[in-house]
Amino acid sequence: MDSVGIVTPEKLAFEIPITLDCGRALPRFDLMVETYGTLNATASNAVLICHALSSDHHAAGYHAASDRKPGWWDVMIGPGKPIDTRQFFVVCCNNIGGCKGSTGPTSIDPESGERYGPDFPIVTVRDWVRSQALLADRLGIQRWAAVAGGSLGGMQALQWAIDYPERIDHAIVIAAAPRLSAQNIAFNEVARQAIRSDPEFHEGRYYQHDTLPRRGLMLARMLGHITYLSDESMGSKFGRALREGKLGYNFDSEFQVESYLRYQGQSFVDRFDANTYLLITKTLDYFDPAADFGHDLAAACRQASARFLVVSFTSDWRFSPERSREIVQALVAADRAVTYGEIHADQGHDSFLMPIADYLHTVDAYFDRIHQEIESDAR
Amino acid sequence: MRADLAIISDWIEPHSRVLDLGCGDGTLLAHLQSARDVRGYGLEIDQEKILACIRAGVCVIHADLEAGLRDFADQSFDYVIMTQTLQAVQHTERLLEEMLRVGREGIVTFPNFGHWRCRLQLGGSGTMPVVKALPHAWYNTPNIHLFTIHDFEELCQRKRIEIRHRTVVDTNHRGSPQLRLLPNLLAELALYRLRQHP
Repeated sequence: MDSVGIVTPEKLAFEIPITLDCGRALPRFDLMVETYGTLNATASNAVLICHALSSDHHAAGYHAASDRKPGWWDVMIGPGKPIDTRQFFVVCCNNIGGCKGSTGPTSIDPESGERYGPDFPIVTVRDWVRSQALLADRLGIQRWAAVAGGSLGGMQALQWAIDYPERIDHAIVIAAAPRLSAQNIAFNEVARQAIRSDPEFHEGRYYQHDTLPRRGLMLARMLGHITYLSDESMGSKFGRALREGKLGYNFDSEFQVESYLRYQGQSFVDRFDANTYLLITKTLDYFDPAADFGHDLAAACRQASARFLVVSFTSDWRFSPERSREIVQALVAADRAVTYGEIHADQGHDSFLMPIADYLHTVDAYFDRIHQEIESDAR
Repeated sequence: MRADLAIISDWIEPHSRVLDLGCGDGTLLAHLQSARDVRGYGLEIDQEKILACIRAGVCVIHADLEAGLRDFADQSFDYVIMTQTLQAVQHTERLLEEMLRVGREGIVTFPNFGHWRCRLQLGGSGTMPVVKALPHAWYNTPNIHLFTIHDFEELCQRKRIEIRHRTVVDTNHRGSPQLRLLPNLLAELALYRLRQHP
């Protein structure tokens, strides 16, 4: 048994205003939170897990025995797994702006009594980190043993180390980048245009019209999904296989890869909010911790005192190993402790969610070390 | 600990910044961290060795030495160390340049191919030597650039690399007066402290 089993998320209300980087403030906010394991007496074994674009607080285990799939990072979190819940108290929250229970575009704006919709302020990674620090206060955690995440989650771990050096011992930054490239932003812009040009979008007020920009969100997800996979993984999974075994000379979904992408897009529409998708692509585009330090990433890293584990995957072309090496290079220049693993994997950017042996062993060894430190500090 | 690592450890100033190229399981860095309070990183390409470094609490960076040290700035380390690795890389000359670009001092150790046992095997039986310091057969050895103390010092001279110090040891990893007299014939292992002339 290596699963955390059935878990129940909890909605924590924060009845205080939070000022955001954009200059606006939320008068109050909720965070949907899941935890696994037990916080020790000195609160020294807490690990914060940060989620990526389309995931949420449900990182491990199942909500019901009938669930088909576990939480998004179940390969990593659980008893006997790399982030071992017998040793660590693991916390994951749906971020502000999300659509899975935390305050976001689908929430009611207490000032207007209507859903925020497109009026929800654009949030940044720094805003998220600030709200997660308030969550830590609420849970009685002065200092995280580690903050960990993949992709946009890794960016939050990096931002944590820069913004709250006294509150984080280790930052685990996986399949991330120190800022988006022009190509990354370009893909996000196409996704946004797909949503915004859907006739059902209604300038983001589709809730009032009792409809959804289904086609736009589906297209955005299909496009995104291509960037999460690699040419190799798509080739080995689908190749040029045809659904009917022969060409139909029409525009139906003929190749297996087409029907797969359509399925991914359609199922996403049922579980994700378009305004949240728009918002979080902006959060990604805006992420640039070096910008606060004269565009010198090493100067930004000098703020940090955490030790880092940085991991990348060879076939990831969304945030390639070169992008992770930029982070490593800056940390070395800043004289900060960093370990870097470049994992050979064919699964592209999505590798960070996959049970890849070398990857899990790397994170496992690193967390073993953290656990030993906690144990020896306690003695 | 390996004898060459113990000797190197004595050369390292406390609290310095160290880069270990081909750091293996992190033995040297772990020792330098506790004995000399250094801050250091090891570069390694082998996954199992990377895991051993993590378990030893050593900062290890996955890197291919053949690609050079382009992620590291000029003169950004007090010492760049390469223990018994130089003979196993493709781009020997370039890596030597790179280590002295990144490090204010370079520390290099290598098995001396001029050792009398090597000469005896090659000259006597006419076969490629298999000795304690070079235990592989010619067809499965990672050691693709074999060289002698003379060869190495000639290269240093040609590249204007200053040899600040040399220590040579025999098969039992000890020094002796005879060894100092005939290093290229009697030394199994050579250890150097190097600096690049401007």
